[in-house]
Amino acid sequence: MRPTASRFPWPHLSIRLNGWSVTVLSLALLLAVPVIVVLSYLFEPAGEVWRHLADTVLRDYVINSLLLMVGVAIGVLLLGVSTAWLTSMCQFPGRSVFEWALLLPMAIPAYIIAYTYTGLFDFAGPVQTMIREWTGWGYGDYWFPEIRSIEGAALMLALVLYPYVYLLSRAAFLGQSICVLDVSRTLGNGPWRTFFSVALPLARPAIVAGLSLALMETLADYGTVQYFGVSTFTTGIFRTWYGLNNAAAAAQLSAMLLLVVFALIILEKISRKQARYHHTSQRHQALTRFELNARQSVMAFLICSGALFFGFILPAGQLLWWALTTAEENLDSRFLNLITHTIVLAGTASLLALMLALLLGYGKRQQKSWSTLFAVRLAGMGYAIPGTVIAIGVMIPFAAFDNALDSWAREQFGWSTGLLLSGTLIALVFAYLVRFLAVSLQTVEAGLGKIRPTMDEVARSLGTGSGEIVRRVHIPMLKGSLLTALLLVFVDVLKELPATLILRPFNYNTLAVRAYELASDERLADASYAALTIVAVGILPVILLSRTITRSRHAKSA
Amino acid sequence: MPNQLEVRHASVRYGRQVVVDDVSFELESGVIGCLLGPSGCGKTSLLRAIAGFEPLVHGEILLHGRQVSRPGHTLAPEKRRVGMVFQDFALYPHLTVGENVVFGLRGISGKSQRQRVGELLVLVGLSGLEDKYPHQLSGGQQQRIALIRAMAPRPEILLLDEPFSGLDVELREQLAGEVRAILKREGVTAILVTHDQLEAFALADIIGVLGSGRLRQWDSGYHIYHRPADRFVAEFVGQGAMIPGRVLAGGRIESALGTMSADFKQQHQAGDSVELLLRPDDIIHDDESDFKLKIVGKVFQGAEYLYTLSLDDGTELLCLVQSHHDHAVGERIGVRLAVDHVVAFPG
Repeated sequence: MRPTASRFPWPHLSIRLNGWSVTVLSLALLLAVPVIVVLSYLFEPAGEVWRHLADTVLRDYVINSLLLMVGVAIGVLLLGVSTAWLTSMCQFPGRSVFEWALLLPMAIPAYIIAYTYTGLFDFAGPVQTMIREWTGWGYGDYWFPEIRSIEGAALMLALVLYPYVYLLSRAAFLGQSICVLDVSRTLGNGPWRTFFSVALPLARPAIVAGLSLALMETLADYGTVQYFGVSTFTTGIFRTWYGLNNAAAAAQLSAMLLLVVFALIILEKISRKQARYHHTSQRHQALTRFELNARQSVMAFLICSGALFFGFILPAGQLLWWALTTAEENLDSRFLNLITHTIVLAGTASLLALMLALLLGYGKRQQKSWSTLFAVRLAGMGYAIPGTVIAIGVMIPFAAFDNALDSWAREQFGWSTGLLLSGTLIALVFAYLVRFLAVSLQTVEAGLGKIRPTMDEVARSLGTGSGEIVRRVHIPMLKGSLLTALLLVFVDVLKELPATLILRPFNYNTLAVRAYELASDERLADASYAALTIVAVGILPVILLSRTITRSRHAKSA
Repeated sequence: MPNQLEVRHASVRYGRQVVVDDVSFELESGVIGCLLGPSGCGKTSLLRAIAGFEPLVHGEILLHGRQVSRPGHTLAPEKRRVGMVFQDFALYPHLTVGENVVFGLRGISGKSQRQRVGELLVLVGLSGLEDKYPHQLSGGQQQRIALIRAMAPRPEILLLDEPFSGLDVELREQLAGEVRAILKREGVTAILVTHDQLEAFALADIIGVLGSGRLRQWDSGYHIYHRPADRFVAEFVGQGAMIPGRVLAGGRIESALGTMSADFKQQHQAGDSVELLLRPDDIIHDDESDFKLKIVGKVFQGAEYLYTLSLDDGTELLCLVQSHHDHAVGERIGVRLAVDHVVAFPG
């Protein structure tokens, strides 16, 4: 038992240690304001608008959200678990490429794949046109699945969210000792029996964890369901906010959504904890994969390439095609302007998030008291919360602050301060920080974890002062994590849609907003430039992720 | 000349819990000391107090005659010139072996730095590894690099915190011997912290046994084993049995094994009952002896058998016998005492 306070590398600061933890805690509380505000509306008496909502549309919101979740769950489980099993436990041509390529759909935000598929498969799209040309049928002569439906939305979301399940269940399969599987086979079970009776039950907690992440994203989605005209919680919040102009009712809807999200967070946390117990091997052995015969290999190849094709190649290809054919009209100064806006916004948010993450990470490292641990947990909570909910939670207190300040200034000085926070980039960046701080916090904490306390102590026993330790040990060791943290938040901000829609200053456009607006106006081809840029940048973290996967595989085989 | 290290009445406290309680000892220059004790006995806290990572609530610590710790004042570790080797080695993964070793060398030219690194690598038999990274080395190699990194700036004292516990068991004893040779060759004053007595015997000149924060005995390995200061030391170090005895007039002791003289650990008078410590090597197997005991258990240890023998009253003794004396459990074998002077604890 050693007190961690004594490991503080800056002894002259240790008197202010309490000041340090107060800073960390108050930062975390500030970041929790939106969630607290939204939750506080649970205790607000229901207004007339709420009663109206409850009588009319609330049932639809609940049912549609549930149906969507069920659909997405089925989709991501089928796609994610099957591809994970095939690429981790079976040997067939192309396996090593699929291993990382199956992550690519993560680069495509759901709203972008949604309108790409609409462009491809709706009545005027190339697929149906071709069918009509071949068969000579006209409108109404044939049946074709309607992509703009709740089933379609579930399919779109499943196509880009299955990598969550893929990633976690793959790790679980690889973590299973080859012995448990071998034991099953020596007891006379074939590969199939082994999969269903041993591997799948053992991987269940990991699969559930991946599933709950995918479902959190599903609940957070606004772009897809809005574009497909499916009424869910997020679209309902938008409609109540803008259409009915009722903040309280929008916040109450948000609070209900939040409760579902919390349930998912708990499910995910429990599953992760269980996953640890289900991890049967301590030491990784080189896996001997099941050799598939020709027919099985073809099946495996089709399954994996199907997921990859429909989740990434087809939509990305369509976007590229649109972009190439509309290059002249769209590559103009407005597009450049859009890119500048986005870079400034995402750059600011990712830098600030990094600074906060460092502050919180170091706070936790230096002082592992309950208050700093709690603060770090609290600050990292936002990632699971839908952007729409965060936006409402930011808008309400910021507007209240602005109004209060404005009326006070008018009374005192006779002039108006106008809107200082709401409707400015400050509000938007704050919302990004609330939502994405967890991403950089996680990366920074992982990086800090590699600098063991003994490394600081060795440096000090070798006569190295605090500043020098930071310069010679911490910065070089953290460099990679800091860059990763910047990149991950940058990309997340780039893709974020609903919070940006609600909080952006008037006429301030980002790539995501522009892509969404153009697509909503049915100008699908024109939207492709912005969308393609998002996808291209979104591939960067996927590359990072796949590199980690390859590296861990090499480490294992070594 | 002052002692290299003096610890006087040192106490360390975490919150209300006293983890090091009034510990005093001295270490001369060039001597290797060891703090031995079970986990939680305070040995690591004491080492960290010597390094300057933990403050003292009582007492003082002097390095080479200079006071470095007293209540209310702890000279920072970076100003103490102590070298430290940790259990996890704490090598910097972003630096090469050479860069790790020169980490604490300052104020000397690049050429002398390279020279020092070369000379230390020769010392530990790892020449030519300057440009490797720590992850490319084996555990034993990493351990030796951590050792010479701490030695490079020629510290006043070298502190080793369980430096072998991260290594495979087979490697430990071999390395302990090697490390001792290296330290002796460089004339380094050092303190090793360990829970493993064989490591302590293999490496240290003098050993301090700690229990519940108190220094129970500060002595040579031989004395710690054969003349333990208290029951705690007797039980923690080595194997052995306690058999009952009675003090006779004149200070000798009578027991089931005969009468013998004793090293008393407390005031006594004739008629008191005591407990005697008998090590397995205190009892020798001798077929000629009339004193026969029944074998109730045996463990083959290669060169020797460790027999468990039973007295008539059920008291059990341990006896180490060369392994070609193979007797069956249940047999009675002759034994005699190899000592006429035993340690007696209050009964």
